[in-house]
Amino acid sequence: MSNSTAAISEVPAIHDIAKKAKPAQKFTLEIKASKGWVALNFREFWNYRELLYFMAWRNVMVRYKQTLLGVSWAILQPFMTMIVFSIFFGKLGKIPSDGIPYPIFSYCALLPWQLFAHSMTESGNSLVANQHLITKVYFPRLCIPTAPVISGLVDFAVAFIVLIGMMFYYGIYPGWAVVTLPLFVLLAACTSMAVGLWLSAMNAMYRDVRYTIPFLVQLWMFLTPVAYPASIVPENWRWLHGLNPMAGVVEGFRWALLGRTEPPGISLLVSIVMVMVMLVGGLFYFRRMEKYFSDRV
Amino acid sequence: MSELALSVCELSKQYRIGKRAWYKTFRESLTTVATLPLRKMGIMRDTDEAADSELIWALKDVSFEVKRGEVVGFIGANGAGKSTLLKILSRITEPTEGCARINGRVGSLLEVGTGFHPELTGRENIFLNGAILGMKRAEILRKFDEIVAFSEVGKFIDTPVKHYSSGMYMRLAFSVAAHLDPEILIVDEVLAVGDAHFQKKCMGKMSDVAGQGRTVLFVSHNLNAVEQLCNQAVLMEQGKIRMRSHDVRSVIKAHLNSCMGDSAASEWHFRYETKADPWFQPLHFRITDAAGKSAPMPSGNDLEHWLEIDAEVWLVDPALKVGYVIHADDGTPVYQSFHVDGPEESWPVLSEGRHVFRTRIPPRFLNEGTYRIELVAALHNRQDIFQSGRNAPTIFLTIRGGLSDSPYWMAKRPGILGPVMEWTVQAK
Repeated sequence: MSNSTAAISEVPAIHDIAKKAKPAQKFTLEIKASKGWVALNFREFWNYRELLYFMAWRNVMVRYKQTLLGVSWAILQPFMTMIVFSIFFGKLGKIPSDGIPYPIFSYCALLPWQLFAHSMTESGNSLVANQHLITKVYFPRLCIPTAPVISGLVDFAVAFIVLIGMMFYYGIYPGWAVVTLPLFVLLAACTSMAVGLWLSAMNAMYRDVRYTIPFLVQLWMFLTPVAYPASIVPENWRWLHGLNPMAGVVEGFRWALLGRTEPPGISLLVSIVMVMVMLVGGLFYFRRMEKYFSDRV
Repeated sequence: MSELALSVCELSKQYRIGKRAWYKTFRESLTTVATLPLRKMGIMRDTDEAADSELIWALKDVSFEVKRGEVVGFIGANGAGKSTLLKILSRITEPTEGCARINGRVGSLLEVGTGFHPELTGRENIFLNGAILGMKRAEILRKFDEIVAFSEVGKFIDTPVKHYSSGMYMRLAFSVAAHLDPEILIVDEVLAVGDAHFQKKCMGKMSDVAGQGRTVLFVSHNLNAVEQLCNQAVLMEQGKIRMRSHDVRSVIKAHLNSCMGDSAASEWHFRYETKADPWFQPLHFRITDAAGKSAPMPSGNDLEHWLEIDAEVWLVDPALKVGYVIHADDGTPVYQSFHVDGPEESWPVLSEGRHVFRTRIPPRFLNEGTYRIELVAALHNRQDIFQSGRNAPTIFLTIRGGLSDSPYWMAKRPGILGPVMEWTVQAK
């Protein structure tokens, strides 16, 4: 050990350096242990927007690689579900559909629903699926659960083409309300993002979450008027229904595109507030848990 | 005094050891939360107390500074804290205590090919991997041709990388990484990729980077690379800095001496508590004199030395080869030799059970100094059993004196070897 002490003294000890105050020296980054809740850093997230784009692009590219049908899966999934729904709920179950042909009634709801369900599932599993990145490279972790939501939008856009075809087929043409459609798409994306943030961060800590997600999706679907119209929910329970943001989204879709249902009212407002609360809470929770990801995931 | 690129102050990192899957299950967390008030009131014992004993400091009170343009090599045994330090500096994990201040854009390469997706083509992976490493799209576009040229994957650039050979894959991955140009580059042991030719190219690229006035922090077990590239070396031991100097060679020496300190010896014994290899397990590895007695150290160069490997062969396999690698004191490999280096007819026939392998190191062949000898064994082209730099049993041969019989050659001459060669001189 004697030779090592000699060697250390060659370099001035850190305390000496600190004492010689150097006003000229500036640092661009300080790394230290964070405590408790951490401020959100959107500027950095914005700087990494290209990475976000590449990650979303990777998800899209990889999803249908080595499949025969390729991107048509994005159409087939909601389309097949629509057929099954039309047979069992529409024809056999005689579930009312507000006077709209049942196939388009359900397909119109399945689109935002699948956008939500797929994005949320993938977002919720994203941190675990990308653990090799988390333990090897630094970038704003928020990119990871966000990217699946963006790639979910791509699938949504593809499946939307079929809806346009179906609308021609059934001769249903939307009115001015169609301009509000982007709002509902955004609301669906925000909902999946909000839930995805909570789930992904918890998933990194407790793998129990992974097994909860499919169950959650299933349950949530029954609480959302995908297979049935919101009008069968008793009037004085509507506001409670609004606590489920996806109910607002699905009803909004039907109103904006098919036009025959009543316009969304107070329940939509409840949905929007609900999503905002979940999203902001999710962002802070995610940010707070961020420091544990690389060691625990 | 030139500007600092990095200032690290009493940086510490605590880890919980044991099972890697130490994430809590939901139930455990609930228990912790539920019993919190009881524990706070001192009614229940804190269950974390027991867990505390499993906490280790992977890094403890590490402080140092790096000036702009310096190339610093971090060396030390496995688990000394080098990689943890780099992980904190690359912001992958947070320190438990202390702080690090950085001035400049940081790029870190803790692995090559991070984020490579097997289904994507080489071209697509360049963009993805580049973005993950922090490059802008425009920057990748600009360097694209250069990256492809460097990687030598040529026409396979539009093939999914899952069809690449592992060499091609690594070359492409390294090429992307090599074209990252941050102000501060953090590199962890990524040079050991590809074949010898490509490694040489990587080293060249690294010294270019170092030469451009970039600040580089470099972790490697390749001591030659550290010596060639770095102008400052840091020796880490058990989470602390043991030595730091601009005299890179002296730090490397200290590292090798401390490696030697563990065994310090010209003999190696198998420790029975460790798990034996299923094919071949050396029990005793030592240096003897011509008569088969353990050679005293240091030894003279005028004596012949024998390496003796007393080993158990568990499973007879014709591909088994046993040998050694000898390294000079700066880590340079001098040569390696295997028991099957002769023609096939001359190979010894092995059966199950104890065998003693002996091989001679001629006198007046090595030079004065300390040589590190690693026992290596492998199933040829199939599997490494004892691999140099990883799990090879190691002994040391120290030679002092006995260099020659010539009165003109009394002191050590420079060079890895010091053989006495034959000369003939004829009048013409």
